[in-house]
Amino acid sequence: MPLTLLVNGVEHAIDVPSNQKLLYVLRENLGLTGSKYGCGEGQCGACTVLLEGKPVRSCLASVGAVLGKKITTIEGLERGGELHPVQEAFLKVEAFQCAYCTSGMIMSAVGLLQKTPHPSDQQILDFMEGNVCRCGTHPRIFEAVRMAASAGKG
Amino acid sequence: MGSQTNLDLLREERQHDAVPRVKYGFELQRRDFFKLLGGGMVVLCASTAVAQESGARRHDDDDQLPQAISAWLHIAEDGSVTVYTGKVEMGQNIRTSLTQQVAEELCTPIDSIHLIMGDTFLTPYDMGTFGSRTTPTMGPQLRNVSAAARENLVDLAAQRWKTSRSSLIAQDGKISDRQAQRSISYGELTKGQELVQVIGDDPTLESPAQWRFAGTETPKVDARAFVTGKHQYTTDIVRPGMLYGKVLRAPGFRASLKSCDSREAEKLPGVTVVRDGNFVGLTAPDSFTAGRALKLIHAEWSVPAQTSEATLFQDVRKPATEESDAPGGPPEFSSGSLQQGFAAADKTLQQTYTVAYIAHTPLEPRAAVAEWQDGALTVWTGTQRPFAVRDELAQLFHLPSKKVRVLVPDTGSAYGGKHTGDAALEAARLAKAAGKPVKLIWTREEEFTWAYFRPAGAIDVKSGVRNDGTIVAWQFDNYNSGPSGLRGPYDFANQRLEFHPTDAPLRQGSYRGLAAPANHFAREVHMDELAHLAGIEPLEFRLKNLTDPRARAVLQAAAQKFGWGQEKSSPTRGFGLAVGNEKGSYVATCAEVEIDGSAVHVKRVAEAFECGAVVNPNGLQNQVSGAIMMGLGGALFEAIHFENGKILNPHLAAYRVPRFSDMPQIDVVLLDRKDLAPAGAGETPIMALAPALSNAVFAATGVRLRSLPMVPQGLPKSS
Repeated sequence: MPLTLLVNGVEHAIDVPSNQKLLYVLRENLGLTGSKYGCGEGQCGACTVLLEGKPVRSCLASVGAVLGKKITTIEGLERGGELHPVQEAFLKVEAFQCAYCTSGMIMSAVGLLQKTPHPSDQQILDFMEGNVCRCGTHPRIFEAVRMAASAGKG
Repeated sequence: MGSQTNLDLLREERQHDAVPRVKYGFELQRRDFFKLLGGGMVVLCASTAVAQESGARRHDDDDQLPQAISAWLHIAEDGSVTVYTGKVEMGQNIRTSLTQQVAEELCTPIDSIHLIMGDTFLTPYDMGTFGSRTTPTMGPQLRNVSAAARENLVDLAAQRWKTSRSSLIAQDGKISDRQAQRSISYGELTKGQELVQVIGDDPTLESPAQWRFAGTETPKVDARAFVTGKHQYTTDIVRPGMLYGKVLRAPGFRASLKSCDSREAEKLPGVTVVRDGNFVGLTAPDSFTAGRALKLIHAEWSVPAQTSEATLFQDVRKPATEESDAPGGPPEFSSGSLQQGFAAADKTLQQTYTVAYIAHTPLEPRAAVAEWQDGALTVWTGTQRPFAVRDELAQLFHLPSKKVRVLVPDTGSAYGGKHTGDAALEAARLAKAAGKPVKLIWTREEEFTWAYFRPAGAIDVKSGVRNDGTIVAWQFDNYNSGPSGLRGPYDFANQRLEFHPTDAPLRQGSYRGLAAPANHFAREVHMDELAHLAGIEPLEFRLKNLTDPRARAVLQAAAQKFGWGQEKSSPTRGFGLAVGNEKGSYVATCAEVEIDGSAVHVKRVAEAFECGAVVNPNGLQNQVSGAIMMGLGGALFEAIHFENGKILNPHLAAYRVPRFSDMPQIDVVLLDRKDLAPAGAGETPIMALAPALSNAVFAATGVRLRSLPMVPQGLPKSS
């Protein structure tokens, strides 16, 4: 029996085993390749999506556990051609090099700011700790998250 | 950039060049250009000298390479500019910096320019993207073809208007006649034309001091595609009917397959198992099924006994056997007389430094999508050497190279780790068996195990110093880690530098900077030790032994930015510095560490970097700062652990990479030398960090850390 996933506001009926991991369903069944495979072990954060607004590692989440819940991927952040403020901040600061980590970084930051709109520096560092950037762009990513947070204050 | 750099480059290539290079002949004919591209203007860069720099390496029997094209450019009838280069983008931001240089000479907006990169059908042969060579070699080549195209356009306009060239200027994608107040776009000028020009390597290039596009903080090309998840890496590519591949890995290195039962796996719907020699792989309709099927294959392997980490630093000192494929011919440098030098020394010092095996850990693992059609093979893969991978594929499948096309989508980083085409070969083998396109993405565990590593090594330094701080003897022996950066910025009167290759215990290869970070580590920690032995302040001691003005300039700039000497080290806070040069650029790093029990926290890093004229200060700042962050890992805690042919920590949970909590305050000073040609910047900025940190820890604690990583489990107990 097909399962129903609610991704970026759209319902998708998919026919996969319920223990399949969400990341592969997003990428292979729904063609949403913005979420990346980095480790498959929840250690790098490249696959981060929002589940009911909370960041989760889609490489670890079974589809059976997320049925009917609101899933947001990087593709779902843009609204009518307008980038999300976190995307804008990443673009402005150029908070990427190879950018393979960028989707996951942005989704984690969006999750942080939804829960904590005015995070302290330490809260940003702690929250982003699970996201790996191998190019070492951490200082700019940190700056981008701060910028997006202060944009939200206005 | 003298012969040493070229020697290093060839060495680096040889390190990975297991297959003989197929002769390259640029096969596109004049007619083909325009069939492919429509009308317009094509300018090709074909200078033999430049082409050799770019990698059209001399071969034993076919040396002249009269048609060795290194780069080319097309201006279409709509004015759009397409530039073709065999270089690849993997986060180092050359798509942007090269575009800027084209815009500079062609006098056309950045957004009218598109680069086709790393496509073996469309782009000229290129040895590969490594060795910090894009900026010093491909940059000038693209500027050359762009300048020639601009001059052609001026000629065309002069002919059309029957006026002299002198009143015409190229600007903003147009040729304008200032006197007659008229202008015409590049597109209109090239409309209906089929112009081809082959140029040499000496058009007049604008001096960096005159740059308008180059030298500015141009945003990354296609940046929006990266923040929206739309950019397609190799791992994102989908082909019609595509299957997903998996490879069965042996339980240890150098294993051979004894038996294999795949009947259970083949019962799963749509699964095909391929067995070819020691290779066992499979394809399935989705990666979930592929993963399940892999677990159902029962294989027996025989794994030979092999060396372990416990004996690593004895093993690396064993001389290479003749059968070894270790790069041969150590680059020995010597000057003066060591014997006389040591005799003249007031004090001598002998120490050994070691570096562990580390993994590149690119966040996008090795991956490939392979597709066969009518006996021809197309492979998308993230590699630094698309033409070498093409040749590997052609050889493996007994195809002429023109039947193999390798395309490199902008890639999720490499750091020297993606020279080989392993995933491409495996995906192509699977696709051939399946008769359908196949995508293969290595797991993180495969990345940590079956890729190659930054070589481990031991370095012995023996030196003599006079009481006034002059170093009079310097003997430097590198075992296995490599010959790059042996020399450093100092000119010691009496020295001997040697590299001793060995039969590497693990599969090893290039890593950002090759052996230069290891050699800088040994040299700059040893310099610190000598400074203390001589009782001279470390900055002063270095300056005393340093005549190269560029090295002195970065050292002084870093010290100034850092506030060197303003505060004394204490048992809980230490300050250290180091300096270096490599591949035509210079770096100096000052670091502050905080000691908290056995924990070492890096609080602050100030780094000065100079690579000639800066092409893109924004991208360069990102590279330098990124090198510092990445360098923290190899300096402090990254190490591959192995035992008897097995990697013991092939997971990110067990192999610690730098994270946000490791981030120090980073201050980058870029010294922009408009009077010097631009050099590359991908590697050198990582080189002085580890020794600066070691020296800072010593300044605080009196403990000398001579092994990388320095504090995988915190400071040694004895402290």
